[in-house]
Amino acid sequence: MNNINLSTADKVRKTLKKRYRKDRLFALYGALSILFCFLFLGIFLIGIFKMGWHAFLETRVNLQVYFDPQFVSPYNIEESDYEALVAKALSTKFPDVRTRQDKRELSKFLSPRAVDVVRNFAKAHPEIVGSSVDLWLPVGDGLDMLKKGVISKENALQAGLVTEKNLERFERFVEENKVTVSFNWYFFTSGDSNAPSTAGIGGAIVGSFYLVLITITLSFPLGAGAAIYLEECARRSKFKDFIDININNLTAVPSIIFGLIGLAIFLNFFHLPRSSPLVGGLVLSLMTIPVIVIASKTAVSSVPPSIREAALSVGASKMQTVFHHVVPLALPGMLTGAIVGMARAMGETAPLLMVGMVAFIVDIPRKITDPASALPVQIYLWSDQPERAFANKAAAAIIVLIFFMILMNSFAIWLRKRYERKYGERG
Amino acid sequence: MKSRFGKKLIAVSVTVALIALGLSVSSALAARDNLYIVGSSTVYPFAITVAEHLGKKLPKTPKVESTGTGGGFKIFCAGVGESHPDINDASRPIKESEKNLCAQNGVKDIIEVKIGFDGIVLATSKKGQPMSLTTKDIFLALAKQVPDPKNPSNLIPNPYKTWKDVNPSLPDVKIEVYGPPTTSGTRDAFQELAMESGAKSIPELKELAKKDEKQFKSIAHSVREDGAYIDAGENDNLIVQKLDANPKALGIFGFSFLDNNRDKITGCSINGTQPTFEAIASGSYPLARPLFFYVKKAHLGVIPGIKEYVEEFLSEKAIGDDGYLAEKGLIPLPKAEREKVRETVMSLIK
Repeated sequence: MNNINLSTADKVRKTLKKRYRKDRLFALYGALSILFCFLFLGIFLIGIFKMGWHAFLETRVNLQVYFDPQFVSPYNIEESDYEALVAKALSTKFPDVRTRQDKRELSKFLSPRAVDVVRNFAKAHPEIVGSSVDLWLPVGDGLDMLKKGVISKENALQAGLVTEKNLERFERFVEENKVTVSFNWYFFTSGDSNAPSTAGIGGAIVGSFYLVLITITLSFPLGAGAAIYLEECARRSKFKDFIDININNLTAVPSIIFGLIGLAIFLNFFHLPRSSPLVGGLVLSLMTIPVIVIASKTAVSSVPPSIREAALSVGASKMQTVFHHVVPLALPGMLTGAIVGMARAMGETAPLLMVGMVAFIVDIPRKITDPASALPVQIYLWSDQPERAFANKAAAAIIVLIFFMILMNSFAIWLRKRYERKYGERG
Repeated sequence: MKSRFGKKLIAVSVTVALIALGLSVSSALAARDNLYIVGSSTVYPFAITVAEHLGKKLPKTPKVESTGTGGGFKIFCAGVGESHPDINDASRPIKESEKNLCAQNGVKDIIEVKIGFDGIVLATSKKGQPMSLTTKDIFLALAKQVPDPKNPSNLIPNPYKTWKDVNPSLPDVKIEVYGPPTTSGTRDAFQELAMESGAKSIPELKELAKKDEKQFKSIAHSVREDGAYIDAGENDNLIVQKLDANPKALGIFGFSFLDNNRDKITGCSINGTQPTFEAIASGSYPLARPLFFYVKKAHLGVIPGIKEYVEEFLSEKAIGDDGYLAEKGLIPLPKAEREKVRETVMSLIK
């Protein structure tokens, strides 16, 4: 008998090494899969970063602008002809420009935004009429891309983004030390535009903000409330099972279907204003409610029954038990689900297409019924434009979107960690 | 106590939020005060440029959606009223069926405005070999059914695999063309300008065109589906990138995409003419199509800004030979035609 036992032990000992090796290999495969995922994520992020980081910078040159009283009237600062001022400032600096063809070439040296910079300066300092001032003015997108190293000189010339003469003029500014590459605040404050150097994500950010605000205001109370009802109050029946199955299926419905519902109900039946964050928010809430319901149901059902029994046993009513004891313990899970749902809603474009938010909208929306765009929509529209500089702007907008996603998801994780309570502690 | 206070706070803040939302909604259910424009993705860059120029003068900038010409007409012809668009951009003239749809839904007076030309180019990567094609080559390479080379009055499914099979003077390269899908106006225009004209240069098909127009059109407009023609979606930037990656392929898109990417791609000459600004403007480049926009007369005077938009679009500053739209890639109408369009349209808009 001893012999058999020993040999069994021996057998086990012999296979022990193999089993440990298998364990280690399995752990290695797991680690390799994660590494692989990070590799793809890294390639994507590095690629987007390389394409987009320089759109956060802009090249400017220092040019003296004379606020000629002929063109600028202090009584009509708004309507004065600033294009003429800028043209005059350029032709003063480069007096050898004569023919109409050359003048047109020179006018492309600066970005169309230079006119707005001059106008804003005049509005802020109306006393400047009659004198000259050195202003930092943004250059056209060809020169901008060249200076930032996005495109080589030969390619820029061949693609028609810069001309030889304008390059020489730019070199003169460089020699005189009058060129600077600085942070492009304009990218965040201005709305969409047909010219890359004037386009920004300001309008899209405000639109996305309104969308998220409306979505969370509508979907959180409704979703959490439905989950609480389904978990705590509804009697178990075939009907309840039917509802549970349907809610689960709703999370898998393609988002564009919600867009079609929005078009049919909110636009065609209720005649709400098209392209407004109100309608977009309503559609996104429809999409987010099932996600929140599922997360909240899980959170509520994970509260141990001992808490409920304890509350009932000391005399609490059903509603008191639910709202004073169960819900506070389930709240972190509900909030995490809500924030993850929000993050998904913020990145959706398809449902917005059906309600008209995929459009060229320049004005920054001021109320929820103004036409507005959203960040993912802006990215989509810019990636379809022929001008080369728009590709960089789209990449920069993607970076901003990713940043917001990371922020929201980190907030969700922090919230969960902070409010996680061990059951049995008094909260 | 804590939870009751918390509940009160939540109740009050939710009520306030709902009231605030309600107020802003009710104040804005007034009439739409900005222009609403839909339509062609080809005219879209020009429409947004004019819209932006106008937005500096008007209180609200017009809103422009890129829905495609056909999709745009569907929405445009859905009715009259502020929930329907005021203007539809189109990269082809309005069809009879669309006119009927409009009439059915009460959209009676539509003003057609011709604004300029666009060229359809076949381009290839600079790393490859640009070809010199004729419309006949294009038809034989891309049609679903072609005349049997042995018995030309019979039609057979397209057997040609390389450009050399189609025309011995062309290089021995596999036929691979990225082009727009059937929803695109560019595709409609390509079928009409390139394929139809190529088909007509084959005597047997030209006969067929005289006898049975409908059948001829269905043959001329069917593009092969065996992989030589690849539907590359509406994003033309993607086609440019694909050409860069695959130097043997060709791509079909509008002139402005060629113009903005001349360091990466080059256009093929069609029937001996290179796709240049001048050639398209003069009409010598065969694949040139006119661009339009259509205005709903019923909305004039109701929605502010329509007259100003049309005026701005038709001004010399915009569609003139040196206009800002020409810089964007719009090929202008000849001066006399511009004046005529301006006169006719402005008198209709009074």
